[in-house]
Amino acid sequence: MNNDTTGLDRRSFLKASLISSGGMMLTVSFLSSFKSADKAEALNLPDQWAQLNGYIQIMADNKIKLICPNPEFGQNVMTSLPMIVAEELDVDWKNVTVEMGPHDNIKLGPQFSGGSNSVKMYWKPLREAGAAARQMLREAAAQSWNVPVGEVTTKAGVLSHPNGKTAKYGAMAAKAATLPVPKDLVLKSPKDFTIVRKSKKNVEGQKVVTGKPLFGLDYRTEGMLIAMIQHPPAFGMKLKSFDPAEALKMPGIKDVFSLKLYEDGFEQGGFDTRTFNDLLVVVGKSTWEVMNARKKLVAQWQPAGDVKDVVTGREGKKEVVVPGALESSKAQMEQMIEYAKKPAQELRKDGDPEAAFKNAAQVIERTYTAPFLAHNCMEPMNFFAHVTDEKALLAGPLQAPGWVEPTLSKLLNLPPEKIEIQMTRMGGGFGRRAYNHYLSEAALISRKVKAPVKLMYTREDDMTYGIYRPMYTATYRAALDADKNLIAFHVKGGGVPEHPIHPNRFPAGAIDNYLAEGWQIPSNITIGAFRAPRSNFNAAAEQSFLDEVAEAMGKDPIRFRLDLLKRAKENPVGKNNDYDPDRYAGVLELVRDKSGWGKPGSEKYSRGVAAYFCHASYAAHIVDMVTRDGQPYVERVFSAMDCGIVVNPDAATNMVQGAVVDGIGNAFYGALTHKDGAAQQTNFNNYRLIRHNESPKKIEVHFVQNDKDPTGLGEPPFPPVFGAVANALYKNKGRRFYNQPFQPELEKVI
Amino acid sequence: MATFNLKINGKTRAVDVDPATPMLWVLRDHLDLPGTKYGCGIAQCGACTIHLEGNAVRSCQLPVSAVGKASVTTIEGLSEKADHPVQKAWLDHDVAQCGYCQAGQIMTAAALLKRNPNPTDEEIEAQMSGNICRCGTYVRIKEAVKSAARK
Ligand code: FES
Ligand code: FES
Repeated sequence: MNNDTTGLDRRSFLKASLISSGGMMLTVSFLSSFKSADKAEALNLPDQWAQLNGYIQIMADNKIKLICPNPEFGQNVMTSLPMIVAEELDVDWKNVTVEMGPHDNIKLGPQFSGGSNSVKMYWKPLREAGAAARQMLREAAAQSWNVPVGEVTTKAGVLSHPNGKTAKYGAMAAKAATLPVPKDLVLKSPKDFTIVRKSKKNVEGQKVVTGKPLFGLDYRTEGMLIAMIQHPPAFGMKLKSFDPAEALKMPGIKDVFSLKLYEDGFEQGGFDTRTFNDLLVVVGKSTWEVMNARKKLVAQWQPAGDVKDVVTGREGKKEVVVPGALESSKAQMEQMIEYAKKPAQELRKDGDPEAAFKNAAQVIERTYTAPFLAHNCMEPMNFFAHVTDEKALLAGPLQAPGWVEPTLSKLLNLPPEKIEIQMTRMGGGFGRRAYNHYLSEAALISRKVKAPVKLMYTREDDMTYGIYRPMYTATYRAALDADKNLIAFHVKGGGVPEHPIHPNRFPAGAIDNYLAEGWQIPSNITIGAFRAPRSNFNAAAEQSFLDEVAEAMGKDPIRFRLDLLKRAKENPVGKNNDYDPDRYAGVLELVRDKSGWGKPGSEKYSRGVAAYFCHASYAAHIVDMVTRDGQPYVERVFSAMDCGIVVNPDAATNMVQGAVVDGIGNAFYGALTHKDGAAQQTNFNNYRLIRHNESPKKIEVHFVQNDKDPTGLGEPPFPPVFGAVANALYKNKGRRFYNQPFQPELEKVI
Repeated sequence: MATFNLKINGKTRAVDVDPATPMLWVLRDHLDLPGTKYGCGIAQCGACTIHLEGNAVRSCQLPVSAVGKASVTTIEGLSEKADHPVQKAWLDHDVAQCGYCQAGQIMTAAALLKRNPNPTDEEIEAQMSGNICRCGTYVRIKEAVKSAARK
């Protein structure tokens, strides 16, 4: 762990060093001055890797090892990030192996998977890392051959000079590792790419299909114990008393105890969100034994009352009061309707919307709602921890090891360099694993029982102890004049416990009179990022509202959006419009053309279109719905994306297809409800997830071709799916659906 | 506790466990075969699918005491060299996203093709619908099953 921040600039981390085949760093680099020097003799090992920087290691026999800095949760960064390095390094992809990096924010950057950021934030640093190493290899060859470095060229891992000399990278790597890191780098022109933009197979594909132990739940060590927690039965409850006797009598059980996660007044980081502070813990030898013993726990619970938390988040340190009531979704829905009538916080205002609405010939007003959603990562929350008085080793699935480290350091009273966090492959993330309470729980449990421990949530634990997508509503209003021109637009959105509004997104900037407002209702139901936070509701509501407005204006829904975008481009209203109208229009035009929109051939389908911009990428979908066995079914989907350069096209396509399926599933079925603080869905028997037979037969994905620096794909394709489904549903059933999920209402009308 | 001699992936393996222990946990905790995954524990997701005498079963619902002499195959034993047609098709179509559900999907697909080498789209959907993929790789799974069937 080299997490000291010593004021070194990032470029100096592109420092070369030699390491042994075991991956140990040697003292030849100043970076290793943070480490003990006792491995220096490893230099003499015959097969040493030369480490040209944190991301690149080259073996004498020309094997190339590239390090993936960011955790992998299915977005395929373990393939796409090393592809970027390999491109600039100029090696043959066949010779590349990839390893997940250690947690080391100094050598490997932010190491955060989320916000569709991985490729976007690593694009430049990884290109530089590859280009710097390539330049050092050329320099090494130039010195060895006594020729000017400008005359040394590379191709697929081979250095050559016009005089006929050639050498594989491996032959020059040890020398290159001793050279200074170049200051000026020349990066390839996109037209010369040979790896980026060419589909490469998932580097862990083989391990996945053979069942290799890749995931946190698969991680085990000698003598490891299994731990499970029993959390209070409802939000707003805490432990009163418990009797461990019966559980302790069960076979294989080592310990039963209560655990307080954070002491009173503990200063939480922005991602230390936790639902329950008082936990009962059962520790034993095997999963099945612990599951059975947990059933024997005798516990009394009591109302927690209001809880004061101290949280240092993006807006600095503040005290947050978490209300103590036992909440129910039905009552929350009624409360939202009340709140929606009250004055709200103005988030953006252009022109004079009040006057425009007053003078309108026609006003369209619609209200949309959506429930809490559980992430339901296929692999439930879990973490391995081995904590002693001297150090801590943790291993498991999480999206941002750097965020939890300061918390752990405080909780365990250990300096950061004594805490090692290993990143396993994650069985899904969707934002849930940015919240690391389960890791802290595992660490405290291990410290208490003085043994290596795997904390495991059952599916029921995972679903009922969630950091959910909030419950949202929004009321949209559009004003049309007598000629059916759109003259004003108003959105007022709210939620439990946050509102969904992004005030500067489309259609802001395209309409003279515009008002966005937000309000929120506090709650003790814990919420957090869920694949495209807020956008995943907005795109549903706004895009189906726009569909309705277009219809009222007698316009084709794509033409209507393109006209608004044209306005936003040529004569934008306001200054802070955080989208590029050209790129937004680009995906709409692409999906229109690829799907044959408005052309003969699609009559058998109810078609719905939607587009959205979030997380720096643009997405548009057209869903084609049919009626199958009396039920609306999305049979095929056309998608268009603009995320700049597409690093790994086939994997990018997979990601978009997955987002489409996820969107259809959540639009129809996704819902988590509460009664008296208790989640009413506890497993996949009553929380409905989309299945094979409900998934489209075909999802055709197209990318806008340009040379813009790449942006992310994990989130952007997801939100507009909801809107496209809603709009197709209208065509299919002849009526609009305003409340997600759609299936319960559909079952009433079918 | 009781001792069971199980036939797993062609080998006999002995375990000493509570007879009610589901095979899922016997495999994962006691036999170091973690390829079989836990997803729900209540027969809803298919992540734990294994073969019992060639048929796909949910190992979370199969007590070790019910296995007897039946031969068990897990993802680790589906092929020697990752060359079962279904595994190959999965790689060709680069199906996996997070990959967590895929062992279960592959085991279900392999059992399906053994019984029905040329399934229709509807048969594939019907047979595979017990296997949830939270990442939404269904379109690719369907394509992969079809190309494995052609092999
Ligand atoms: S774990 Fe067995 S079906 Fe889900
Ligand atoms: S690939 Fe992630 S659950 Fe299927």
